[in-house]
Amino acid sequence: MSETERQSPFDVAYVARLARLKLGEDECARLQAQLEDILAYVETLNEVDVSGIEPMTQALETQNVMRADVSAPGLDHAAVMANAPERRLGLFIVPRIIE
Amino acid sequence: MSEPTTWTLAESARRVREGAISSLELTDAYLDRIDRLDRAIGAYLTVDADGARAQARAADERRSRGERAPLLGVPVGIKDVLNVSGWPCTCGSRILEGYRAPFDATAVERLRAAGAIPLGILNMDEFAMGSSTENSSRQLTRNPWDLERVPGGSSGGSAAAVAADLCPAALGTDTGGSIRQPAALCGCVGLKPTYGRVSRYGLVAYASSLDQIGPLTKDVRDAALLHDVISGRDPRDSTSLDLPPTSLASGLGRELTGMRLGLPAEYFIDGMDPEVETAVRAAVEQCKALGAEIVPISLPQTRYAIATYYIVATAEASANLARFDGVRYGRRVPGEDPIDMVERTRAAGFGPEVKRRIILGTYVLSSGYYDAYYLRALKVRRWIRAGFDEAFRSCDALLTPTSPSPAFRFGERTGDPLQMYLSDIFTVTVNLAGICGVSLPCGFTKAGLPIGLQVIGPALGEAAILRVAHAYEQSTEWHTRRPNLAVGEGAA
Amino acid sequence: MSWRADIGLEVHVQLRTRSKMFCACPNAFGAEPNTQVCPVCLGYPGALPVINQEAIRLTVRTGLLIDAHINLRSKFDRKNYFYPDQAKNYQISQYDQPLCVGGHLDFSVNGESRRVGITRIHLEEDVAKNIHFDADSGVDFNRAGTPLMEIVTEPDLHAPEDTLAFLQALKQVLQYGGVSDCNLEQGNIRCDINCSVRRADAVNLGTKIEIKNMNTFRGVFRALQAEIPRQIRELERGRAIVQETRRWDDAAGRTESMRGKEDAHDYRYFPEPDLPPIVLSEETITAWRAELPDLPAARRARFVAAFSLPEYDAGVLVSDKEVADYFEETVAAGAPAKAASNWIMTELLARVSESGESIRDLKVAPAGLAALIQLVENRTINGPTAKEVLATMLVEGGDPGEIVSKRGLAQVSDAGALENFIEQVVASHAKSVADYRAGKQPAFEFLIGQVMRLSRGKANPQLVRELLKAKLG
Ligand SMILES: [Mg+2]
Ligand SMILES: [Zn+2]
Repeated sequence: MSETERQSPFDVAYVARLARLKLGEDECARLQAQLEDILAYVETLNEVDVSGIEPMTQALETQNVMRADVSAPGLDHAAVMANAPERRLGLFIVPRIIE
Repeated sequence: MSEPTTWTLAESARRVREGAISSLELTDAYLDRIDRLDRAIGAYLTVDADGARAQARAADERRSRGERAPLLGVPVGIKDVLNVSGWPCTCGSRILEGYRAPFDATAVERLRAAGAIPLGILNMDEFAMGSSTENSSRQLTRNPWDLERVPGGSSGGSAAAVAADLCPAALGTDTGGSIRQPAALCGCVGLKPTYGRVSRYGLVAYASSLDQIGPLTKDVRDAALLHDVISGRDPRDSTSLDLPPTSLASGLGRELTGMRLGLPAEYFIDGMDPEVETAVRAAVEQCKALGAEIVPISLPQTRYAIATYYIVATAEASANLARFDGVRYGRRVPGEDPIDMVERTRAAGFGPEVKRRIILGTYVLSSGYYDAYYLRALKVRRWIRAGFDEAFRSCDALLTPTSPSPAFRFGERTGDPLQMYLSDIFTVTVNLAGICGVSLPCGFTKAGLPIGLQVIGPALGEAAILRVAHAYEQSTEWHTRRPNLAVGEGAA
Repeated sequence: MSWRADIGLEVHVQLRTRSKMFCACPNAFGAEPNTQVCPVCLGYPGALPVINQEAIRLTVRTGLLIDAHINLRSKFDRKNYFYPDQAKNYQISQYDQPLCVGGHLDFSVNGESRRVGITRIHLEEDVAKNIHFDADSGVDFNRAGTPLMEIVTEPDLHAPEDTLAFLQALKQVLQYGGVSDCNLEQGNIRCDINCSVRRADAVNLGTKIEIKNMNTFRGVFRALQAEIPRQIRELERGRAIVQETRRWDDAAGRTESMRGKEDAHDYRYFPEPDLPPIVLSEETITAWRAELPDLPAARRARFVAAFSLPEYDAGVLVSDKEVADYFEETVAAGAPAKAASNWIMTELLARVSESGESIRDLKVAPAGLAALIQLVENRTINGPTAKEVLATMLVEGGDPGEIVSKRGLAQVSDAGALENFIEQVVASHAKSVADYRAGKQPAFEFLIGQVMRLSRGKANPQLVRELLKAKLG
């Protein structure tokens, strides 16, 4: 990694690892350039004076949407396991997890 | 009797109800047309011919027993982003290969309750990320008006299928314009309801606070009819609104006397296609002739909408798409350990646009950048909403173009993601504000490409925008035009 | 040189609800793998969460029990990290607006009263369970999405003993509140330990070590017994403590550095767009406060005042909520309080501590015990017989009255029958009769014993005493 690249706050390799995306070198370089472009465009938001504005976290303001604590059967076990890429003993099988 | 596949949804439902045609005959007419024409269009990923015929027979039996339902026996197309029990649901992606939905999305469940028959799965941009359907990993979908051009996206399959008479109506989804923009590019009607109108349960989330399911139809009445069927509170979606059922289809008129329609200056920008501008301005004049008062307004927020959208939508998407890891369903690429397996699966399963947006969304939420990007975008989002609130204090609805240009050629914009993003400039504001909008045909370019007019309304303003859209539509003949698809002739 | 340890806990408590946190799947332990799952808790594409209102109530109730401030506006956030046991690869949790903030819990260690500050209590969803095989691992999502309350304490604990006593006191409060069953075997309470060491006169806390995934109280105690001296040894050797996550190896009796924790803490929290915020009214909180149960100290005082129990009895009974409830139900079923207390403290608790079960698992219900005590009170049976009947009930269950009548154990209080026994004894023990008449009291007791023996233990001892006295003049 060159000195100039390191100065860029956007490090596609780091972000890709957070997002669990294994990127090839070409892909990494292309994304680095494209995203730097997009991020530069996004900088236009700095023109907006947002002081005193509350963040909008919901499309429409609603509250207290809840359900009663009642249980009901879920999906049929066989249907669930039919979608599993690898299964055994009624479990979803994954490579060995080191805890 | 005219060709059944040219009928509107309402007309189809009426003729089946009256016994002029059986549901099986109607269904077969569509299956036959899809057989002959969809090779050229590429709208459908899967057609459930056997399932549709079985349901059509059942619908005919129900009818003969005297049963009534608003859409009894009428087939409808479904975008590949909605779960339909027993069907694949791939979201146009390789990562969901092998997945079969074990449940119906609420909107699909409501279609069935209204008697409609899910006919098949319609192509889309992968995970609804795109404006041309070129991001589908499955196949290319062509614009029925010009097979060398895109149908728009992300609900490109839905729009193309409706425009080519491959279904009387279809469900699409709209996160930043994904119903309205392809509707405009394919010359049909597309409605993005107010956020919370239609349950998102069973809709594979792209950006949860922006996504909304809506109809793509041949005319405005059909859009109203389908909205009435699929909308309403669903206890499985905490963001669905608890409101009385709508009856929009019955509130449509032919004039606009007393209505104030805003014309936001920022929606007529430099660089937009002159033919689009001319057609939209003519439509504005037509609305005036129908009795509406035109109010020039300003929405200075508009120029910040795309940046806001690409932060908010991608941030949500980065989390929403994290579940695709090859553990419980879908495609898996083996790996040495769980992390390796997940990284390989996602690298192989997602296409470039999806990866781009996941990376962007992950970045804007990451430690040290949250405030500068995500939090700031949420504040600008509220300001965008405030701009609309202000506009709707003096206007009943707004008139704008749907898309700055008509359908473009394949590959024309794929090299420059930012340019592609900018094609959503007139539609994303509606999703950010959580309000409603509809696109309908308002003319054609000299080359014969459809042009879309967008009518934007306030939250829960569907009745107002459909009233405007219907009055305008009924005073024109744009919606009656059909693309010239030589039967049996393949393209490309 | 003298050192001081500072210990804080992040305690994860599984709430006692019928259904999961965001879906209707049962919140129950022990089912076959992946049979209590649905699109929501499996993170299926298109599934959406809906908040279980009972989980909100139980978390707020916990806050009220430890004098926390209840946030009137609270929301859920997404905590993003990938792990195979996490269905969506984000956990719905609470970040900057948890349900409860502040508060404290009082408890005592070796008779000394102590207070630990509570930083916050938030609500989240539990993850799935991993099962490890030689070559791979399996994931069972039955537990995924069950409601999990996280209680974060201030670093106010300073020794393994403190920490253990705090956890026991917390467990008592949670059980009293009906918030959790606190069954350790089922993993109802698990915790992460934050532990640092500094010089006794230092102002600032030392560098913090996190010990993850402790699921027994004994493990917490032993881990601290090992970790505190380890840190002190390091510091005394002049080595710096590096902030890290460690795990407790119970077999080896030591903590060890955890591997594979790259990208550790960039959780990218952001507000959960699928869930509207929770807004609680003052009225709701007042109503919930009015429903709070007595905590142990208050209940002990009430037992002393209302039932005239000795302090000691009351203390023993309230130390376990189930025992205290059992006692109150026995009294409500008609047993005199002191008698009920005696029977529970001696016979039942002995049995419980032997078998390791809960008092509720016994085959004797409060109504059964009350009926048994009633039989003693109305002199249908005597004390030793009652113990015999209880032993039967503990093994076979059943109604004490029926056991007594079926086995003919009823006490003989019929004067005619007793006089018959007395006459036989007097006739065959002339020497003792003479001794008694000569003023030797033990001879009288011996004669009573003989009568009891003849009656096979069923004679009413009080009546025998009176009748014998009259007989011998
Ligand atoms: Mg936690
Ligand atoms: Zn579930």
